[in-house]
Amino acid sequence: MAPRVVDSRPRPALRQGRRAEIVLAGLASLSLVVLGLIFLFLIKEAAPFFRVYPLGRFLGGTEWRPVSANVRFGLVPLLSGTLVVTAGAALIAIPLALGAALFVSEVAPRRLREFLKPCMELLAAIPSVVYGFFGLVVLSRWLQGAFGLHSGLTALNASILLAVMALPTMVTLSEDALRAVPDSYRNASLAIGASRLETILHVTLPAARSGVAAAIMLGLGRVIGETMTVLMVTGNAPQITLSLLDSVRTMTATIAAEMAECAWGTPHYHALFAVGLSLFLITFLINGLADTFLRRGAK
Amino acid sequence: MAPISEGTAVRAAARGAAKRRRQALVFGLFGALVFCALAPLVIILIYLLAGGLPAISWEFLTRGPSNMMRSGGIFPALVGTFLLVLGSSLVAVPLGVAGGLYLSEFARPGPFTRLIRLAVLNLAGVPSVVYGLFGLSLFVVFLKMGVSVLAGSLTLGVMVLPIIISATEEAARNVPASHRHASLALGATKWTTVRHVVLPGAMPGILTGAILAVSRVAGETAPIMFTAAAFFLPRLPTSPLDPVMALPYHLYVLSTEVARADPRLRTGTALVLVTLVLLSNLLAIVLRARMRARQGGGGV
Repeated sequence: MAPRVVDSRPRPALRQGRRAEIVLAGLASLSLVVLGLIFLFLIKEAAPFFRVYPLGRFLGGTEWRPVSANVRFGLVPLLSGTLVVTAGAALIAIPLALGAALFVSEVAPRRLREFLKPCMELLAAIPSVVYGFFGLVVLSRWLQGAFGLHSGLTALNASILLAVMALPTMVTLSEDALRAVPDSYRNASLAIGASRLETILHVTLPAARSGVAAAIMLGLGRVIGETMTVLMVTGNAPQITLSLLDSVRTMTATIAAEMAECAWGTPHYHALFAVGLSLFLITFLINGLADTFLRRGAK
Repeated sequence: MAPISEGTAVRAAARGAAKRRRQALVFGLFGALVFCALAPLVIILIYLLAGGLPAISWEFLTRGPSNMMRSGGIFPALVGTFLLVLGSSLVAVPLGVAGGLYLSEFARPGPFTRLIRLAVLNLAGVPSVVYGLFGLSLFVVFLKMGVSVLAGSLTLGVMVLPIIISATEEAARNVPASHRHASLALGATKWTTVRHVVLPGAMPGILTGAILAVSRVAGETAPIMFTAAAFFLPRLPTSPLDPVMALPYHLYVLSTEVARADPRLRTGTALVLVTLVLLSNLLAIVLRARMRARQGGGGV
């Protein structure tokens, strides 16, 4: 006769375990529900706008004039504002982040590294409104003097501050990617006579490239979504420009500045949700791209 | 193979020296970049301390703004930020810990788990102003909470949920499997093990995540602009359905919308905000370092 396996644990305890798992699964799936709700409510509030304003004129429109006799809700100036600020921040942040990550991961002695990493976290912790305040009060004056500008409230001001804000993300994640490169790679390179610098540039960095790319994407994702800093320091002129020394208005700043002023239920209100929906889709895309890079790196 | 002549050796040595010099130069440049990256932290702190310290006084911390916000203190904003931190923690901590424990202890590989992970990842990347729009449309308008502490807490709570989930999952994974096995061998059920072994073991990590979430909540402005924050309120809120003043929003208003505000008032407000946020982050860093040291020591 086969031995009978008897579970001697009291039945209620078993049921309790099963119930706990179901409850936890339910709570865990809340994040999925929330993400769905965000998407749903953005669409729900943006839909009335597209009923009165054609999608083509929103996406292709070159003017953003929400409060005038002849209203215009063109996304292009806001998109170009976001683009200019982001491109400027990328130009400043990427070289800095690469150098800093290489230093922290490959060059710095352990003690120094243990000191620098928390410093990066503190840099990330400063609230964006404080960066905005600093840009408004201090940096704008410096830029005004340095470039002989009419006003220091320009895309460049925001780019500098956003670069600083993106650095901790880029440096920390790039450093993780660099440190994940096995030491055997480095040793093999050093053993055939390459210097430490050559090893870093030709072995370690290429081996970590997908992780580093993901780090840069995630840092730029933060830049595109940043609101308070750009609202306070870009001057907020909704114009199409490619110059960092012009005043621009980003998508985020438009939402933040105008939502407080427009009446609930007006086309303007719904138009801001359409901008928010566009922003959500853009960041969704960037995160997806970063995730793809990470997956490729993990293989 | 031809023997290496003396000239070749000398040339090689010279090349080696040049290489080493170049390497030292590049490493020095990398180091300089790190300090460039960290310089803003130092510059901002010095600026805030120099300009803000003179503004800090007992009255500044315990009085409300007066004279059209051109003088007085920040007490209502401090209280408002405290309430938002409390409210959002009540939302995010239980849900986040449950989600993290599920992912670490129960989740089986499969489409459901992958979807949840994908959702957590994407939630962490949603811009804060989009959370503001979401909170406005769902909590303020659809659920008719109005611009209130409740709506703001829910919005901020949802925003920091991914932080708590990830922190909990990582902390729970770091609890050694042997502890779970010991508990199960004693006849404890899976749930009892999770509740009495995994959860206490993961507590320091969860706490670290919670502190980081709190510091994020305390500093965020965009999500509360349309959901919780009031420009100016002469009195403190009396119900969760009242709007509040909040420290970061107050700083924004003082910086951009109040004409002829006393500059010390703004800098003082910024200093208080940064101090709160940096202190809580330092606390989290110290807690985590102690936790790692304990684990590294191979102890309990």
